[in-house]
Amino acid sequence: MERTEAELIAAVLKGDAASFEPLVKKYSPRVFAAAHRYARRESEIEDIAQEVWLKAFDKLRSYRGDAPFEHWLMRLTVRTCYDFLRAHQRNRESSFSDLTEPESDWLERFVAEQDTASENADAAKALINRVLEKLSPSARVVITLLEIEDRPVKEIARLTGWSVPLVKVRAFRARAEMRKILEKMAKEKYL
Amino acid sequence: MNLAELQNKLIAAARADVPDDRVPYAFEKRITALLASRVAPQNLELWVRGLWRAAVSCVVISLLLGAWAFLNPAQPAGADDLSQNFVTTLLASVDQNDTMP
Repeated sequence: MERTEAELIAAVLKGDAASFEPLVKKYSPRVFAAAHRYARRESEIEDIAQEVWLKAFDKLRSYRGDAPFEHWLMRLTVRTCYDFLRAHQRNRESSFSDLTEPESDWLERFVAEQDTASENADAAKALINRVLEKLSPSARVVITLLEIEDRPVKEIARLTGWSVPLVKVRAFRARAEMRKILEKMAKEKYL
Repeated sequence: MNLAELQNKLIAAARADVPDDRVPYAFEKRITALLASRVAPQNLELWVRGLWRAAVSCVVISLLLGAWAFLNPAQPAGADDLSQNFVTTLLASVDQNDTMP
């Protein structure tokens, strides 16, 4: 008979580390999907996922069981991704002069006629990834959770551990930061 | 260039880009192995820490006793000597038997 989540967690807390494996198997796709939002290289994504699970094992005692395990795990995942962004603040100062040809073409199409530049194009996805990489860690987390994943402010506060007013302030700043980056990109490309 | 529209379009592009949720093969096994390798050193670490504490306590006690012995020099002969008293008490019954007629 398959054991429930609560039973598995209780067994892990009693010292049976093998009972942690079914939890890792069940929730790893969610962890990997979340990590993909913040890191590009496969090795980095695996490092984040590994870090999340090691932290989950170490902090399992702090899981009270009054909310689903997945919620607790996603909180840990978002915070680990934020720590990762803070530790790897590279490429933020680089310029947009190295845009690939498809990215430049997409931008030119957008300038010529907005409707013809599809948001489903790979170039658009690559371009937004470039922009996101230039954001500060907190701005990137807020834009990802609020604008891309469309989560409510309260949930973002719960996931990040920030207060609701702080999330709102950071969201305002993040949008302004993103606008500035787009301005810079437009200037470099067309001036 | 309409930056607000560009921002909306790029955000829409990011939304359309569903993140990959594929997990590397046997990832859960790797995590379990990693956890198992961490548990053993933890136990060892606990032992080492305990032994170090015990060693430090022993050194402190030895130093205190040494200091006490140094500050309280041995009493002159004839005075109360703990070891002598102990031997006398222990052999008291034997001495008594020897002196009895």
